[in-house]
Amino acid sequence: MKIVVCAKFVPDATADRRFRSEDNTVDRAGVDGLLSELDEYAVETALTVKEAGDGEVTILTVGPEQAADAIKKGLQMGADAGVHVNDEGIHGSDAVATSLILAKALSKLEADLVVFGMASTDGSMGVVPAMVSERLGLPAVTLGSSVTVDGDKVTIRRDGDTASDTIEGTLPLVLSVSDQSGEPRYPSFKGIMAAKKKPVETWTLGDLEISADQVGGSSAWTEVVEVTARPPRSAGTIVTDEDGSGATQLVEFLSTNKFL
Amino acid sequence: MSNVLVLVDHTGGKVRKTTAELLTIARRLGEPVAVYIGEGVQDALPTLGQYGATKVIALTNPELTQYLVAPKAEALQQVAAKIEPAAILISSNAEGKEIAARLAVKLESGLITDAVDVQVGDNNSPVTTQSVFAGNYSVQSKITHGTPIITVKPNAATPEAAETSPEVEEFDVAISDAAKTARITDSKPREATGRPELTEAAIIVSGGRGTGGDFGPVEAFADSLGAAVGASRAAVDSGWYPHAYQVGQTGKTVSPQLYVAAGISGAIQHRAGMQTSKTIVAVNKDEEAPIFELVDFGVVGDLHKVLPAATEEVTKRKS
Ligand SMILES: Cc1cc2nc3c(=O)[nH]c(=O)nc-3n(C[C@H](O)[C@H](O)[C@H](O)COP(=O)(O)OP(=O)(O)OC[C@H]3O[C@@H](n4cnc5c(N)ncnc54)[C@H](O)[C@@H]3O)c2cc1C
Ligand SMILES: Nc1ncnc2c1ncn2[C@@H]1O[C@H](COP(=O)(O)O)[C@@H](O)[C@H]1O
Repeated sequence: MKIVVCAKFVPDATADRRFRSEDNTVDRAGVDGLLSELDEYAVETALTVKEAGDGEVTILTVGPEQAADAIKKGLQMGADAGVHVNDEGIHGSDAVATSLILAKALSKLEADLVVFGMASTDGSMGVVPAMVSERLGLPAVTLGSSVTVDGDKVTIRRDGDTASDTIEGTLPLVLSVSDQSGEPRYPSFKGIMAAKKKPVETWTLGDLEISADQVGGSSAWTEVVEVTARPPRSAGTIVTDEDGSGATQLVEFLSTNKFL
Repeated sequence: MSNVLVLVDHTGGKVRKTTAELLTIARRLGEPVAVYIGEGVQDALPTLGQYGATKVIALTNPELTQYLVAPKAEALQQVAAKIEPAAILISSNAEGKEIAARLAVKLESGLITDAVDVQVGDNNSPVTTQSVFAGNYSVQSKITHGTPIITVKPNAATPEAAETSPEVEEFDVAISDAAKTARITDSKPREATGRPELTEAAIIVSGGRGTGGDFGPVEAFADSLGAAVGASRAAVDSGWYPHAYQVGQTGKTVSPQLYVAAGISGAIQHRAGMQTSKTIVAVNKDEEAPIFELVDFGVVGDLHKVLPAATEEVTKRKS
């Protein structure tokens, strides 16, 4: 079974994330990046499925030069191979264009099971998995919290807002997993050493038969008109509770602001 | 005037408040046409009319509700082909976003998710506002290709009534076999709490690791205020509260009138889900906790003392 994890390289959420003033795209050069923490859950799920049966896990990422770090992390965790789609023409792509690139790469890889994270920690639209599934004409089960594969039968549990559902599908299938799907493992020393020898291929848009006008900033179907930094919140009142004074003052505040 | 499609969000005919918000927004852009999937359209009709739906398209094919979201996206594509809407508005929840994503590919149209506001721009086209990077930036965008598809967050507009008496039009859709491949084989409904829905609530009281596992004081204070209850991921991961109530990057993004954080430190991923709340209050025993940088009012103290005392005081004042 060929398992492919789509994993994204994102700016570190704890760093000061910015927009580039020239073109209102996310500044990916100015800040440190890493494998999206939510995509680590996808890597973990893929490895667990592989260990429970058989298969080969490939990490697929679309992104600039540094995005190779995301693949490296996946390989260190235990994935077998990596594919990095890197091309000047990709800069500024929106979710629709990204889904096209991923879909073409996944077809080329002949994936049986595609595992996504629930959302990227920078864009966090959470739409790429559904778009890829639509393009590939494959069924998708999103936001899984547990996954088992038995032959070509896949069973997924999904804990939604109103119910906990069991969903059944058959391979080939597209899956996204939530952060409830099991703690991602840390790379072991052995894993880190082994990762250095694992194969990573770099593909360009040409390799995927995608023309430059199908992706990138100029092809985007949405346009950012304006970006404004949120004004900092003005400093509030802070009191220290002594013998119940905190509660009284709190309720007084709520009352003054008409919350009672 | 052109039609604006609104996908009705409902449970068995009971229309959710977000739909009233979508209809209100749709009226800024054109004439709202509501698309209703499933049984119970007659029960929904009064509310849809109250908020100005000029027509209701009812899709009752049972296959639409048996197989996750792919069939729903196919159905909307067929409806869109018929009425050629100027825009399509969908609630920004997990299912809504997935339908929108599929529709964007099918209709070759631009998609904007999680809008917190939608206004009218040049040529009557929508201009959206989104809140990004943990609420630190506000981004205005427009769609430049195809039929604008927008998923809209709860509380993006105040529902305004505009009474109409819409006719119901039954619409037959054909669902492809490919859309019927994954299916729900079992479903365990969550118990209703009787509290307001987290994403729609005007007031939310959330508890974190500082509760030590006892959500009693948090729930009691919430109930005294008529509030919804939320939780930090630390509380959810410890098994103290269900994930459906988690506020933050990987939980719900909320924007209530009042957000009370009790025993929550205010990590960036938690802030991402509540930073745009109108008024923020925190109770935390550590005066250095980052949550205090956000608050309008903060109490440095033990939540196990402060919340019960505050609950008592609220109850006294209210009676
Ligand atoms: C990819 C990713 C996604 C994440 N998504 C989310 C998310 O969606 N939501 C989320 O919340 N977190 C999320 N997190 C986790 C986040 O980073 C924090 O770990 C989490 O928010 C901490 O929860 P907490 O504030 O309850 O716990 P802590 O950080 O441990 O804080 C507990 C606070 O309680 C106070 N306290 C203790 N005892 C008392 C008492 N008796 N009375 C009053 N105060 C007391 C302490 O002073 C402390 O400030 C995510 C993390 C990652 C990496
Ligand atoms: N550039 C990318 N490269 C690889 N995977 C991606 C990329 N962008 C998004 N994904 C995948 O799609 C998921 C959802 O992303 P998003 O729709 O951007 O929130 C992520 O968790 C990843 O699994």
